[in-house]
Amino acid sequence: MYFDSITDFIAMGKHGFYVWSAYGISAFLMIASMLLALRGKRQVRQTLARQWRLEDMAKQQAQDTACRQQSSKQTPEVNDESGT
Amino acid sequence: MVWQTIKRWYHMLGSPRYFYRFSSALLPWLTPIALLVFTVGIVWGLAFAPSDYQQGNSYRIIFIHVPASSGALMGYVAMGVAGLVAVVWRMKMAEVMMKAIAPFGAVLAAISLATGALWGKPTWGTYWQWDARMTSMLILLFMYVGVIALQNVIRDPRQAARAAGLLAMVGVINVVIVKYSVEWVQTLHQGSTLKLLGESTINPAMKYPLLISMLGTWLLYAVNVLVRARTEVVWRERRSKWVRKLMKDGGQ
Repeated sequence: MYFDSITDFIAMGKHGFYVWSAYGISAFLMIASMLLALRGKRQVRQTLARQWRLEDMAKQQAQDTACRQQSSKQTPEVNDESGT
Repeated sequence: MVWQTIKRWYHMLGSPRYFYRFSSALLPWLTPIALLVFTVGIVWGLAFAPSDYQQGNSYRIIFIHVPASSGALMGYVAMGVAGLVAVVWRMKMAEVMMKAIAPFGAVLAAISLATGALWGKPTWGTYWQWDARMTSMLILLFMYVGVIALQNVIRDPRQAARAAGLLAMVGVINVVIVKYSVEWVQTLHQGSTLKLLGESTINPAMKYPLLISMLGTWLLYAVNVLVRARTEVVWRERRSKWVRKLMKDGGQ
């Protein structure tokens, strides 16, 4: 280590303020950018999962209705046959 | 033969699916390496490198200022090339890359300006001066912001890419101005002491941590670009079978 003590290291001669705020701002901006990138990734996944769930539900519903319509059409015929 | 190899690469990298697979394999080891290299460079520069005989310890800002500036410039050139490919050949992956490169480039340009100001105060006695280097660097930040804004303002992603691509291409001229401003005109900002070709005029004890933190910054930039590009690929290809399968399997 170049410095004699931690106090010296933090003081940076008389320039501690400039050095540490430069590194502080840099760290903040770089970390923020990475977190935003990861948030974007999460958001796209959530949006797609929701969209696909809705699509699947709609498909399921359409299938159910089709089945019900078919069975309700068939029921009277069965009834007629049993009646005669 | 060479031409065919180039053509094959172009088609491979132009395929969103191939890019996704390739980056899936790359990221798990690129990310820790980038963090490690960056940390080694910064810690070496801050705590172990000798102080400057004129500037004392304020010069230690160099270990983030120069890497950020170089990253912002290189990123812009890469974005300009992607813009050219997107505008001329309408390649989808070039549009994706252009969009992925811009945000971290803007961040690095902002870091370059902020750390430059904080270094200028104790060294020159002023945070800011409208000299050629600083003004052109500020314009670089505005170009990045302009490209990002264009991509978000235009709804159709393909049309947005065309407009942003044109702006990205034109802005490359500004990168040349930033680079050579310290040589062409009298500036408060000093010339470069780090030379790729020929003798560097910087002390080797400062040069090595600087080179390492530069490499670390570029690698972190690459990680950021890959993460963003993958998100964009998934969104654009959301109607394709492979993305649907990948997401349903809970793939990374």
